[in-house]
Amino acid sequence: CTSGLRACFPSPKMAAPVSLLVEFGGGAELLFDGIKKHQVTLPCQPEPWDIRNLLKWIKQNLLKERPELFIQGDTVRPGILVLINDADWELMGELDYKLQDQDNVVFISTLHGG
Amino acid sequence: VGQCVRPACRAGGAETPAPTAAPTMPATCSACGSSPAALRRPKTGHALCRACFLAAFEEETHRAIVAGRLFRPGETVAIGASGGKDSTVLAHLLQLLDQRHGYGLHLLLLSVDEGITGYRDASLAAVRRHQRRSGLPLHVVSYRQLYGWSMDRIARHLGPRNNCTFCGVFRRQALDRGALLMGADKIATGHNADDVAETVLMNFLRGDVGRLRRGAGAGPAGGEGAVPRCKPLRHAYEKEIVLYAYFQGLDYFSTECVYAPQAYRGYARALLKDLEAARPSAVADLGHSGERLSLRPDLRLPARGTCQRCGYVASQPLCKACVLLEGLDRGLPKLGIGKYRRLRDKLRDGQPLTQEERRRLGAPAEGEPSEEQEPRGEPGTDEEPWGRRELRVPRDLDF
Repeated sequence: CTSGLRACFPSPKMAAPVSLLVEFGGGAELLFDGIKKHQVTLPCQPEPWDIRNLLKWIKQNLLKERPELFIQGDTVRPGILVLINDADWELMGELDYKLQDQDNVVFISTLHGG
Repeated sequence: VGQCVRPACRAGGAETPAPTAAPTMPATCSACGSSPAALRRPKTGHALCRACFLAAFEEETHRAIVAGRLFRPGETVAIGASGGKDSTVLAHLLQLLDQRHGYGLHLLLLSVDEGITGYRDASLAAVRRHQRRSGLPLHVVSYRQLYGWSMDRIARHLGPRNNCTFCGVFRRQALDRGALLMGADKIATGHNADDVAETVLMNFLRGDVGRLRRGAGAGPAGGEGAVPRCKPLRHAYEKEIVLYAYFQGLDYFSTECVYAPQAYRGYARALLKDLEAARPSAVADLGHSGERLSLRPDLRLPARGTCQRCGYVASQPLCKACVLLEGLDRGLPKLGIGKYRRLRDKLRDGQPLTQEERRRLGAPAEGEPSEEQEPRGEPGTDEEPWGRRELRVPRDLDF
């Protein structure tokens, strides 16, 4: 699943691959080559895909520079809002929210001038 | 990124495991009780749906305007518009609420062009788009016209630090001058609760007793400049302003100013964000503290007077902008930064400075060519690289 090189062994414990639309705004897109919308597919893996794992994946695969401006520890830097399907992630369990196929996750930075 | 090639995974068939838990759905809106909630409000923790949030935000801003008696019917209000999230939301809201509640205001957009390539030109483009959509008149004042110095040029002379000192002082005057030229009775700025809380923190951290006395930056209206000011969004959390703009689809510009990374406010902001994460009401509470602060009565504080050179409000013989400009024009850019009272007095008394003293004030090293003064834009011509037609400012502005 990951790059077509390793066989994916379907079993009850594997999470299906998850397709997401990940968006960056409010200036956060500057850390991602200025690209606001990213259609991504997260590969099969034993652990279910939640926001916590998504952040790690983003850091490894999408983030182009200065990770400390986006991620602090295992969560987003304070001042970055997260919306899941247009709803505040605080209502959805924050890092523990389990991603579903076709979910939309938006990261908006509030840290710039007004 | 490719899809898994195994048919079993793609088909989502029997070998795909059932979800381990039901998908998380947000709570129901606590106001209307029917729609799913879209955000949790930081101040109260209440969960509101999109429509109820937009309505609540607008209503609360209206109440703050009425309770604070911020405007009177017939007033001309210049909205400080940078193209960023706060001023875009402010301009949108004021126009909407003015129409909805009949404030009876003449609204206009006032923008300041500091001359920061790659930052200000892009954000002014956002202001122009807003202007076209809203139909409000727009006026732009530039540092180059007012002072003969753009921020880019100042930064070349000054280096990476202390640029915000110049910019803040110059912007305050630029807004006043622009507002006076436009015949505005009042300036409205988009400062939000986070901005106010950061200012309170900064004033405490710096021991700025003069500003602490004036409410530490909190409070509805400022009477320090030539034109009265107000901050209609001062109770609104930055998070809600961003979400209001997002849900309304408002177009704004957001990038960090290239000279800002070294700004002291960044530290206050980082501290505030951590405090907010631990206790969200901290943002509002800091503003609350600032507004209600009073100082010991025996403190000796600077008195309000006028600048001998330009007539602007000042607590010293020369206002801060004139001191800063004096330094720039003499090739001693640090004259207004830091405590160089003795050297300033020397200059004022016409005494020459030593080479070492000039170096400490930021004079270019010996042998470096000194730059020719940037000419002020001639009225009526397009001198800026982006071809914008600036507001024509009389040379000898006197008020």
